[in-house]
Amino acid sequence: MKILLSTASTSLDSAIDPRFGRSAYLMVVDTDTLQAEAHPNPGVNASGGAGIQAAQFAAGKSAQAVISGDFGPNAFDALKAAGIAMYLYGDCSTARQAVERFREGKLQEVGAPTQHGHHA
Amino acid sequence: MRIAVASGKGGTGKTTIATSLALSLAGGGSAPPPIFVDCDVEAPNAHIFLKPRLGDSQPVGIMIPVVDETRCTFCGKCAEVCAYHAIAVLGKKTLVFPQLCHGCGSCTSLCPENCISEIANPIGVIERGPAVQGIDFLRGVLNIGQPMAVPIIRELQRRIKPLPGQVVILDAPPGTSCPVVATMRGADYLLLVTEPTPFGLHDLKLAVQVAAEIGLPAGVVVNRGDGPFPDLERFCASAGLPILMRIPFQRKTAAGIARGKNLVEVHPEYTAAFRELFQQIAEDNK
Repeated sequence: MKILLSTASTSLDSAIDPRFGRSAYLMVVDTDTLQAEAHPNPGVNASGGAGIQAAQFAAGKSAQAVISGDFGPNAFDALKAAGIAMYLYGDCSTARQAVERFREGKLQEVGAPTQHGHHA
Repeated sequence: MRIAVASGKGGTGKTTIATSLALSLAGGGSAPPPIFVDCDVEAPNAHIFLKPRLGDSQPVGIMIPVVDETRCTFCGKCAEVCAYHAIAVLGKKTLVFPQLCHGCGSCTSLCPENCISEIANPIGVIERGPAVQGIDFLRGVLNIGQPMAVPIIRELQRRIKPLPGQVVILDAPPGTSCPVVATMRGADYLLLVTEPTPFGLHDLKLAVQVAAEIGLPAGVVVNRGDGPFPDLERFCASAGLPILMRIPFQRKTAAGIARGKNLVEVHPEYTAAFRELFQQIAEDNK
């Protein structure tokens, strides 16, 4: 299956970026083949709605799950509407580590926004 | 004549000067008492000095989209045209985020299926009432949690209908962003209140740039101006900004304001100075 991660650079061994809407890259990973493709985050400089843009990006890439450090209320609502599951990095430091933990079912799934957003 | 009072830096004395000017002109007798408009809708406080009886309160809202999902084809056009990412299409759902919506109507106009209608989303209120000395007092109040002040300031501007000879005083919010621009847009003249400090001067320069961009003539009031501050004098001279008034710091003034008394209540002698300041502005901007 395809999942999407917020990362600091372009390789699977790169550091995670805990921000979802404002991460440097959004990386799509195939959990079976470990094939990874990183895309510059479209919302990194948006004045608002970055989390929504990132969620639309994830839906456009047919990701079934997203891993990040935080999900604000807008990103949460958008991902939920798209039927995309949300997981937290926890103490993972690289994208590869997070994908492995995800495959082992060891990442915490998110059932509610993890922060209050940047406009409230 | 419409005079906006702004500063860039917060806490320089905008509301003190704006309300003092209003009170001085109200007691002048020749023209109708001024209309006073508190445009600092995020933290309005001019009512403390002018004590209006606010009888009339009207809601202000912006029009936000409502999508008829039975007719929506999820084509994504609305999300594509929205500059604020306030509407998103995710699979078989179209979501609206009211707090991000600026009410521009692009999604509604450009929906190929014509399946978007609009409803009013309340963001604040406008209140009006008579204040001391017959001043017509108007203010906007932004609801807690709402991010956008500009629609309320625009609505305030629409409600200003001065009688012949009636002066309008617009008390701007601090800063130099959209709400300040929205306040300045309705004005004929900009009164900039500054303090003789590096911070005051830095933000004054920004406010002057905004005024130049809008093409608004401006003059300066130096508040709490105890000693000389050559940088400020030099800047005003080189920018062609007249310094119209200087108000030295006095403990008595600060103590009075802290008790909710206006500058001209504490120092009635300033009344004549404010009337002269107005005469000079009117004379220079005929």
